[in-house]
Amino acid sequence: MSAIRLQSKEKAPSARKEKWERYVAALKYAKYVCFHPFDGFWDLAHEKKGSIAAATTFLVLFLVTHVLKLMYTNFQFVNAPLQYINVFEQAASLLLPFLILCLGNWSLTTLFDGKGRFGDIYTAMCYALVPFIVIQLPLVFISNIIAFDEAAFYTVLMSVSVVYSLALAFIGLMQVHDYSPGKTLVFLVATVLAASIIIFLMLVFFSLLSDLVSFFVSLYREIAFRLY
Amino acid sequence: MKTKFRLLAMVMAMLLLVTSYSTALADDGYASTYTYNYDYWQDYRESPDAYRVSNVLYSGDLGLEVAMKRPQSLFVQGNMLYVVDTGNNRILEIERNGYDFELVRIIDEFKVGAAEQPAAEETVAAEEAAMTEETAVAEENTVVEETVAADLPTVTTFNTPNDVAVDKEGNIYVADTNNQRIVMMDKDLNYVMQFTKPADTTFDQSLSFLPNKLVIDNSGRVFTLATNVNKGVVKFEANGEFTGYVGANKVVYSLVDYVWKTFFMTEEQRAQQESFVPTEYCNIYMDEDSFIYATNISFDEYSLIWDEAQPIRRLNGVGTDILIKNDRYPPIGELYWQEQAKDYHGPSKFMDITVLHDDIYVGIDRTRGRLYGYDSQGIMLWAFGNMGNSDGCFSNAISIEHMGTDLFVLDQNEGAITVFVPTEYGNLIYDANRAYLSGDYDGSADLWREVLKMNANYNLAFIGIGRSLMRQENYTEAMDYFKMAMDRDNYGRAFRLWRKIWVEENIVWMVAVIAVIIIIPVVLRSIKKKKMEVEMYERNQVTK
Repeated sequence: MSAIRLQSKEKAPSARKEKWERYVAALKYAKYVCFHPFDGFWDLAHEKKGSIAAATTFLVLFLVTHVLKLMYTNFQFVNAPLQYINVFEQAASLLLPFLILCLGNWSLTTLFDGKGRFGDIYTAMCYALVPFIVIQLPLVFISNIIAFDEAAFYTVLMSVSVVYSLALAFIGLMQVHDYSPGKTLVFLVATVLAASIIIFLMLVFFSLLSDLVSFFVSLYREIAFRLY
Repeated sequence: MKTKFRLLAMVMAMLLLVTSYSTALADDGYASTYTYNYDYWQDYRESPDAYRVSNVLYSGDLGLEVAMKRPQSLFVQGNMLYVVDTGNNRILEIERNGYDFELVRIIDEFKVGAAEQPAAEETVAAEEAAMTEETAVAEENTVVEETVAADLPTVTTFNTPNDVAVDKEGNIYVADTNNQRIVMMDKDLNYVMQFTKPADTTFDQSLSFLPNKLVIDNSGRVFTLATNVNKGVVKFEANGEFTGYVGANKVVYSLVDYVWKTFFMTEEQRAQQESFVPTEYCNIYMDEDSFIYATNISFDEYSLIWDEAQPIRRLNGVGTDILIKNDRYPPIGELYWQEQAKDYHGPSKFMDITVLHDDIYVGIDRTRGRLYGYDSQGIMLWAFGNMGNSDGCFSNAISIEHMGTDLFVLDQNEGAITVFVPTEYGNLIYDANRAYLSGDYDGSADLWREVLKMNANYNLAFIGIGRSLMRQENYTEAMDYFKMAMDRDNYGRAFRLWRKIWVEENIVWMVAVIAVIIIIPVVLRSIKKKKMEVEMYERNQVTK
């Protein structure tokens, strides 16, 4: 009895350790993805080199970077009305479009022989955010030690981070679905359309839902008033 | 930067739709105080009054037997105030002494040929040369020379005069609109000369010449805005010769109009429709340096957003707009014109503009009955006024003039002239501004501190103090002030200077830290290497 317990006690940490090591390896794999995007994304999707956990970490870091950028970049470089900013609203304003675009892409490519499953698309998209995080997070600090006329330095790095991430996202989708570049481009445009349809459906759904709820509420009130 | 931010916000709002994404806007177009200003975020900031009403002059106060009827314009020369009483075809000359205003004379006609004017002889001759086409009418004037007589006007009264200007010698110029002329007379109302329809191919001869607004420059040139002339400001030399137009508005048309007109209209339709023409200016003002300030009220209101409308312009000799716009928003008056208010909506329409000392200019907005003052950099100093019937409010403000720093506003409906004098706060702003422009930076900082005591939301004061602190090499405090005013440029400048000093002071340990960061790994590596060597050596010893 005690031996078994001891054994399991010994085994548990090692399993956790293994899990942790896999997670760290998945995080570290982002470096390879950034510098060898074609191989990197292929293996990410088909060799299971990445993990959902690591991907989610990048997504969270991405949102945190955005918020930190708004709050702690020197006022010379960012035009954020701090008195009006709601951190959660800001984070949601990036998270929601991101998820809807992933969903839109998945729902289209899955019909047009895209190889990627939703998890793959999500992982690839999150890994594509890495340059954005890695460049912009230090920039928040750097913005506090440079002056306004040195802004060129700041803006160049800023745009590099965005372009890099967009390029990675493009390559990522290409590799995940095993598409040609042209097809990927077509599906990117279609994805935006799909995303707007999703938003439209969501709006319709929520407005119908609120109508439904208010109907039952008034029904209840009506009955309640009649009975009393 | 701003547009980018706005675009980004729009895209996000479209993507989100579900959550209500709205950067907080100011209230409903009402400021809660009479006087206000905008802060960096373009929100209303209440402000102490910069001006107060000292007099309101009605017809009765001036002792007029016939009340003013649709007065159109004001003009100030020295301590004389001229009011164009259009409906009664006359001009009122009012003298100001302190707070007293006294009607000196009513100008409703001028004298022709009553006195010889040797001084004007040359100009008349030159004018005659310029206007040979003008056929002689005045045959009864046998006393004077025939050539001169040819130009003498028969009508010596005014017909709907719309504007007046007076030069430093006291010569009076009247835009006698429905008589199709500008009359110049000397200070005793003797006729000197007139400016009539330009006999030039650039002027459409089928049109009447209806001078509406006029200004004169220091050398006696006359600039006039004429109804139906959309080529800009009509310019006459001092001798009466027409020499062209200044500063035409750009032609504005939409792409839809253009496509429709080019591809879908028949030849006849096109001929019938008006061609795309530039709009006319509303009013002009000549500043001390002979630059013309022009206001424009006929624009598509949405062109204000990207500052295409340019309601206020400063025209140089060739007619280019050289107005300085160094603020975050251009000088367009009300910024929240899209918001509907109870009794007015739409953008500010500047009916008139006047330029004080140091290129400070004040525009009068007909839409809101409000005055907007800007400094030479296009930064708003204050805005005040409202629609209404109480003193300091207007129902149809149409003209503005200034005497020193005092302002006169003419209300067309009320037939009243409101006299504003600056308060202590208003004077402090002017003084601080002037001290800064004359190079007395520390003196101006002291004055700005006084301003801040009365209005802690005054951005210009923060910048002024910051500049003075920067000159005193007090960079950290200067940075604080600049940050308060969100002045990136100056903050960056102060920051660079501060950073230089900081680096110089801290270079020793910074180098030390960098050295340590570089050296430590090297040392560690070499130690490791040595250890390995020793180990290898020992192992070799053992195996031997």
